[in-house]
Amino acid sequence: MTVEYWRWKEYNWHDENIDPKAGSVLSAGCDVGSVSSQAVVMVDGGLYAYSNMRTGSDSPHSALDAMNWALEGTGLKIEDLHYVVGTGYGRVNVPFAHRAITEIACHARGANFMYGPSVRTILDMGGQDCKAIRCDHRGKVTNFLMNDKCAAGTGRGMEVFADLLSVSIEDVGDLSFDVEEEPEPVSSTCVVFAKSEAAGLLRQGWPKNLVLAAYCNAMAHRVVTLLERLGVEKEFAITGGIAKNIGVVRRLEKELGLTGLKSDYDTQIAGALGAALFAGALYEKQQAKK
Amino acid sequence: MITAGMDLGSKFIKIVIMNDGDVIARAKMLSGFEQEVTASEALSEALSKAGLQSGDIERLTATGVGRSIAPFAHDRLTEVGAAARGAIARLPETRTVIDVGAEEGRAILITPDGHVKDFAINEKCAAGSGTFTEAMARALELDIVEFGRLSLQSDKAVPMNAQCAVFAESEVVSLLHARTPKQDISRAVHDAIASRIVSMARRVSVEREVMIIGGMAYNVGFIASMKRALEMELIVPDDPDYVPAEGAAWAAHDKLVGMEKTELKER
Amino acid sequence: MIANYGYMDGSGEYYITIDTGKCTECGHHNCVEACPKGMFAIETDDYDDEVAVIREEFRKQIKYMCAECKPVSDRPPLPCVEACTSGAVTHSW
Ligand code: SF4
Ligand code: SF4
Repeated sequence: MTVEYWRWKEYNWHDENIDPKAGSVLSAGCDVGSVSSQAVVMVDGGLYAYSNMRTGSDSPHSALDAMNWALEGTGLKIEDLHYVVGTGYGRVNVPFAHRAITEIACHARGANFMYGPSVRTILDMGGQDCKAIRCDHRGKVTNFLMNDKCAAGTGRGMEVFADLLSVSIEDVGDLSFDVEEEPEPVSSTCVVFAKSEAAGLLRQGWPKNLVLAAYCNAMAHRVVTLLERLGVEKEFAITGGIAKNIGVVRRLEKELGLTGLKSDYDTQIAGALGAALFAGALYEKQQAKK
Repeated sequence: MITAGMDLGSKFIKIVIMNDGDVIARAKMLSGFEQEVTASEALSEALSKAGLQSGDIERLTATGVGRSIAPFAHDRLTEVGAAARGAIARLPETRTVIDVGAEEGRAILITPDGHVKDFAINEKCAAGSGTFTEAMARALELDIVEFGRLSLQSDKAVPMNAQCAVFAESEVVSLLHARTPKQDISRAVHDAIASRIVSMARRVSVEREVMIIGGMAYNVGFIASMKRALEMELIVPDDPDYVPAEGAAWAAHDKLVGMEKTELKER
Repeated sequence: MIANYGYMDGSGEYYITIDTGKCTECGHHNCVEACPKGMFAIETDDYDDEVAVIREEFRKQIKYMCAECKPVSDRPPLPCVEACTSGAVTHSW
């Protein structure tokens, strides 16, 4: 069995039009999650480079790998960075970080940069967790809640279903809309029990698409319940791996009566980007004290 | 007086036929997808073992999650009521019943005169029931009985972080990859489930004698973990998963006795 | 900040909510001592405020950790809620 819940490619990018050596502040963020790690480098508060990689078996190495990959081809070394903030579940294990900040705070700050100051509610649906965050116009968290205990409502839960139905995870969304009528959601929340429920439906002759629709529906409803606990305020944005699954996202938007904001940025790097923004501010604070 | 109890559990259907309180026949079948059909089959099996016809049963009480669809039932009784009645019949000194089945865990506190005082339930999350252990055994490719026994050979408590059956499966697999001995993994799994059941039981307070029933009571590893977590002795009856069905049969019996009494009074 | 620690699973929603704005005005941090399971800690948060948090290792099992404080009947006031005189601590269940 693999621990990889969403198939995706590792990648890095940097802006050829920026000369990092000409900038005065080089700040960076490194987000070490349980599945993937991202690194972001900013030059004077503008996005310069980033990477997204799988997290390996130990956090310090993953952090190092991600950062080195982001810096690949830029002529920069980790030592050149003025201030680095570590975040994510492995945040205390980022060896070259000056400070660790929670992923919640970083995520909000990153989203504020990506979607603009009007974003108030952020839903992040990852491979193994789900976070809901409310923030103010500066990207400061005002209210948050997380769910990383239960597989229901996470990428892992969806993967269990895709496995059961032998459907590739990327196809779930499209297939789930290929139904004549929207079915009732699967009634059990628990992934384990929902799976036996689905097996029962298949036995009764339900086509795969319909079962998928019923599960996407249940998952959307589940996430809405989580959001309702928090209270949703406009503007609203969705980030994370499941943001790519339209089967869940469209149903969720319909139930909420809201559409998520779109961004030109890669939303996977929200946490690392927020960390880099924190790093920039902290560096300036430090310089001012001197 | 011939009575019967039918327990329609999420995994198994259990039937008990009693004559004046003595069990004369029993049957157990996997519930499957058509519970109603299975229930009839199980009942026929028990009847033929007892050498009886269905008309011979004077009263039948159904319990369990599927009790509403039970065929031939005169009465229906909650799982809590059935477990308590059955446990008291087995051992009148029972004050706490811990019932752990495939999909639910339950703790019931009984007053000295046999009434249910309080109860707490773990349900709708596979991490709090027998399903959890089964999923872990499957992840290790072990038979459930063997998995339970293996736990007894461990003298080391390795921590398990995942609190979800789905995530725990991945954790168990990575423990295995890290060459953690299977017996230690087994103990970790049984300790984890026992600790969840015991926390639930403490919500009703745990008073002696404590009887543990349900399918999980067959699992020796689980029982050992429960004793450690509770720091007390536990009574594990024979055929622990039949106790609620017996309770239902007793409830049917009690009803008939009660009806006779009222009839006498009315006369 | 309203910080919700805990989770939702198939069986229900279990969150301990800490209104951290109230923690900064609290001189005693009695919650830490009051909880028999030692679930509370005082930390400097991301915005440099001294606030109470539920310690990470307990966040996925609060339903079970708090079980003893929450008997089925005759439930007394919760020690953590009672200890926090500024009313920063609430439970969702
Ligand atoms: S409800 Fe199911 S999926 Fe959720 S934590 Fe429990 S076992 Fe895991
Ligand atoms: S209810 Fe009890 S165990 Fe739970 S946080 Fe409060 S004091 Fe601690």
